[in-house]
Amino acid sequence: MDAEATGGAGMPQLEFSTFPNQILWLVVALVVLYLILSRVALPRIGSVLAERTGTIANDIAAAETYKMQAAEAEAAYHKALEDARAAAAKVIEEARADIQKDLDIAIAKADAEIAARSAESERRIGEIRDSAMEAVTVVAKDATKDIVTAFGVKADARSVTAAVNARIKGGAA
Amino acid sequence: MIEGKRIVAEETGGFAIYPMEQFIVRPLLGGDTVGLFTITNVTLWMALTVLAVSAVLVFGSRGRALVPTRSQSIAEVLYSFIYKMVEDVAGHDGVKYFPYIMTLFMFILFSNLLGLIPWAFTTTSHIAVTAVLALAVFISVTVLGFVLHGASFLRLFWISSAPLALRPVLALIEIISYFVRPLSHSIRLAGNMMAGHAVVKVFAGFAGALGIFGILPIVAVTAVYGLELLVSVIQAYVFTILTCVYLRDALHPHH
Amino acid sequence: MTGDIVQMGAYIGAGLACMGMGGAAIGVGNVAGNFLSGALRNPSAAPGQTAMLFIGIAFAEALGIFSFLVALLLMFAV
Repeated sequence: MDAEATGGAGMPQLEFSTFPNQILWLVVALVVLYLILSRVALPRIGSVLAERTGTIANDIAAAETYKMQAAEAEAAYHKALEDARAAAAKVIEEARADIQKDLDIAIAKADAEIAARSAESERRIGEIRDSAMEAVTVVAKDATKDIVTAFGVKADARSVTAAVNARIKGGAA
Repeated sequence: MIEGKRIVAEETGGFAIYPMEQFIVRPLLGGDTVGLFTITNVTLWMALTVLAVSAVLVFGSRGRALVPTRSQSIAEVLYSFIYKMVEDVAGHDGVKYFPYIMTLFMFILFSNLLGLIPWAFTTTSHIAVTAVLALAVFISVTVLGFVLHGASFLRLFWISSAPLALRPVLALIEIISYFVRPLSHSIRLAGNMMAGHAVVKVFAGFAGALGIFGILPIVAVTAVYGLELLVSVIQAYVFTILTCVYLRDALHPHH
Repeated sequence: MTGDIVQMGAYIGAGLACMGMGGAAIGVGNVAGNFLSGALRNPSAAPGQTAMLFIGIAFAEALGIFSFLVALLLMFAV
């Protein structure tokens, strides 16, 4: 490269002979670029951005509506759930009351039966004990009479009976 | 001067690095002179910039999809980034100048990024290009200020909240800083681009000269390249946001 | 060594001009550091001020770029 011919040793920025050329092409480039941008590119991008902003705003509004609807539906659902719970509680309560009533009646009946049976049993036990006591007294009198007779004494029925009765009472006491 | 430099380069043993060579404006279709209408590498890379921007913004958004594809997302992110910047910085009535600011941003961003491709030519590293960009902003903003506010636009330089004695001094400072705006606006961009590319070129030259130890400059070039990507984006951003700031001054001079 | 005294002066001047970059570095560091300390005090306000951060960095950096430009001019254009 010949430095002299191309101005390589100096500053090419200060080669004033090239200035008109550079300025001409710069102005051409700027005008072309300005026309391209202001006529085609910028309105297009601007409209796309505006459209997007509008769409986003609409979508947000729609989303807001849906959200409110969802909140309403949720509230209704909760209310239905509460009602169902209350109804269920009521049914359960009624059923429990019915069962309790039946149970009470059955228990009362059973208690009465048990009481009747135990009274019967008491009575029978009493009878058995009385008859047993009577039998013991008779056997004891007979035995005493026989023993006394065996000893050769004329047994007086009345005194024997009195003595046995006294013994049995003493034994029992 | 040129001869001396060449001799120095030869004597020091092959460190023939010409970091500024990449910025030369060359005719593409033969010939040596660069006339007004010559097709040069400037033409080529500006055309590529326009094509790339169109590809991203027009081709990327062709689907008009409600749920964006990847390429459409890129276009939309760029669009809303600059739109929000204009709205935040220049105010709501600055939005009608959004297409021009978007054009500036995309042009500078893609010029910077395309310039980072090896063997590419960075149009924004030329002071002629950035000066036109900055002067266009400066002149249109100044005209806009006078059209919208008439002579009261001059109150931008008359700080009514300052003490009266200080106001002439402040007005002088404000006027100077107002007229330095296009200078710093353009030189910042061109200087950043030029400096970054020159540094990459210098390190790359070291890599060629050092032989086996050239791996060190290559690592450095990689790091600097990453930094340059960042700088490219930040400078496009800064140029745009300063344009918005100047626009705000024109729209609302009485802050 | 060949060359002339003008070239020597230009190179020395370019080197001196590069010192200006140090100032820009300090300035950028100042901006970023103060932004960070402010952002840590009030993190909720930080995202709204990143634009100001970049503007501040850009202003600070521009002056460093000026010194770099002067160096380049001295190296290549004088």
